[in-house]
Amino acid sequence: MEAAILVEDLRKTFGRGKAAKPALDGLDLTVRRGTVHGVLGPNGAGKTTAVRILTPLPRPGGGRAEGGGPDGAARPDEVRRRIALLGQHAALDEELSGRQNLELFGRLRRLGGAGAARRAGELLERFGLADTGHKPVRAYSGGMRRRLDLAAGLVTEPEILFLDEPTTGLDPRGRTEVWNAVRSLTGAGTTVLLTTQYLEEADQLADRISVLDGGRRIAEGTADELKSAVGGDRVDVVVRDAAQLDAAASVVGMAAHASRATTDPDRRLVSAPVTDRMAALAETVRALDAAGIDAEDIALRRPTLDEAYLHLTGRTTGPAESPAPAKTAEGESAA
Amino acid sequence: MTAHATTTRSTATRPTATHSMADALPAALTMPRRGFAHWARRPGQFAVGLAFPVMMLVMFAYFLGGGMAVEGGGDYTEFLVPGMLALTMAFGLEATMIELTQDINRGVLDRFRSMPIARSAILVGRSLLDMLGSVVSLLVMLGAGWAIGWRWHGTAAEAAAAIGLLLLLRFAMLWAGILLALVARRPESVQAVQILVWPVAFLSNAFTSPDTMPDWMGAVAEWNPMSATAGAIRELFGNPGWGGDSWAVEHSVALAVAWPLVLLAVLVPLAVRRYARLSD
Ligand SMILES: Nc1ncnc2c1ncn2[C@@H]1O[C@H](COP(=O)(O)OP(=O)(O)OP(=O)(O)O)[C@@H](O)[C@H]1O
Ligand SMILES: [Mg+2]
Repeated sequence: MEAAILVEDLRKTFGRGKAAKPALDGLDLTVRRGTVHGVLGPNGAGKTTAVRILTPLPRPGGGRAEGGGPDGAARPDEVRRRIALLGQHAALDEELSGRQNLELFGRLRRLGGAGAARRAGELLERFGLADTGHKPVRAYSGGMRRRLDLAAGLVTEPEILFLDEPTTGLDPRGRTEVWNAVRSLTGAGTTVLLTTQYLEEADQLADRISVLDGGRRIAEGTADELKSAVGGDRVDVVVRDAAQLDAAASVVGMAAHASRATTDPDRRLVSAPVTDRMAALAETVRALDAAGIDAEDIALRRPTLDEAYLHLTGRTTGPAESPAPAKTAEGESAA
Repeated sequence: MTAHATTTRSTATRPTATHSMADALPAALTMPRRGFAHWARRPGQFAVGLAFPVMMLVMFAYFLGGGMAVEGGGDYTEFLVPGMLALTMAFGLEATMIELTQDINRGVLDRFRSMPIARSAILVGRSLLDMLGSVVSLLVMLGAGWAIGWRWHGTAAEAAAAIGLLLLLRFAMLWAGILLALVARRPESVQAVQILVWPVAFLSNAFTSPDTMPDWMGAVAEWNPMSATAGAIRELFGNPGWGGDSWAVEHSVALAVAWPLVLLAVLVPLAVRRYARLSD
């Protein structure tokens, strides 16, 4: 296996003294060449910090971070030649047109005037911006901006492309546009490191997924592997009467031989892990009927990545506070 | 920190791959190109930038000029115009700061920094662009001065030297703006600088003679780099000076050369270093 990105025991602490807070606390990450690797984590997990150290913007506080060549910290220019970074926020000159932006970045990457102009034309075409290429970026929609941002990263074909939350803040259409653009790259052998808070995005795009929390990797695998970490299949029951939710939960839990069934009052949903799919389904239907609980829908399904994520991080995908436990911070300063 | 961490840190601080000036130049030259495109898109903004110092010059000449007497005798307009020229050159740092802090905030600078270009290229390019803007601004100011009755009385070579000194001061102040932007980062911080430049401007001989100030202020005003340039160009243009007789006054041309060079020697390396470590 050939690693395009190799991160070992990577550390980075922002702030000094009492205010010091580890953003990365011994992160390990290996990305195979030519694959799309998803990095999933709640706010403040350290995703951006890891990407920035690899690109290489700040220096690491310790450990190894190699992307595009051995020891990025020592030879940043060698790395810069091989990578492109798409930061968490679109990094474009708002006053310039889309075409002017691409030409600017092309010249900076030494394509020369004519070369930069030709490349800008190709990229505008490829990302569906040919018609709006002459307008100032200020007038672009979020999706157009993000596509232009992506195009700017591809002015010279990078070996490794870092995408930091490429679709945050986009509507579903903008998201699909960016997804398609990313998919078009992966056939060409580019290695992509993609951070995201959207599980669906990782599920759709990534070959492998690392789950980050508190500056460390807490799980890694394919989407399927992560999903199985929660357990196997699940049975979902939607009850007609919300008042029967608790009763349904105990009945379904018993029928599925699960220690506990989870409930979602908003959707009137009871969900429980099952081991033997068909037996559990039959048993659930029978038990509900016997208990006089009226079900609107009963279904067997694979766990979602959401559930895997919840199971792994102990929290939902919404905003989370203070990812770094206090005792880790003390351990750092004492060491 | 572990031992491993410490060793990596020391390799990280090793000088990065060196670039020759020939490498840095094409990248640096893209910055003026970008700036021209900005001017073309926002001609109004560019025009306002040019008009502001002209407005100041006219205000000082007509509203205050009547009440001002020049120490060594002579016309106040002839005294004021060189002072205002020096002031204009010193003040440009705000425009530099605004542009650079915007680039930082929008992540454009990070994108530049993640590209394989010399560390100094973007900053040198920025300073080249702003110097071109300054030349235009200086020409407009000279024209405005001429229009309100200022004349030069020296030789053409002396006038050229005066213009050279003004641009040298501007170049030094520009790098002060670059460094301040890299340290402050936030566009809001420009406002603080916009306010703070005023006391610095008045603590100089631009508008009035340091002799009329309290002792300590007069001393500061006399040694202010802006005063050195203003004094030197008054001498070179053959305009009335303020007639002091201290060492700083006697050697104003030498000081007007030395001050910006000293500032540059300090500011440029600091700014380039700061740029390389912007996100540490
Ligand atoms: N420049 C900085 N100065 C101080 N603290 C920082 C800095 N950058 C990041 N941090 C802190 O480091 C931690 C990790 O931040 P990071 O931006 O890497 O997280 P993230 O996973 O990208 O989060 P998000 O999903 O919100 O983008 C956070 O607690 C953050 O507050
Ligand atoms: Mg982030």
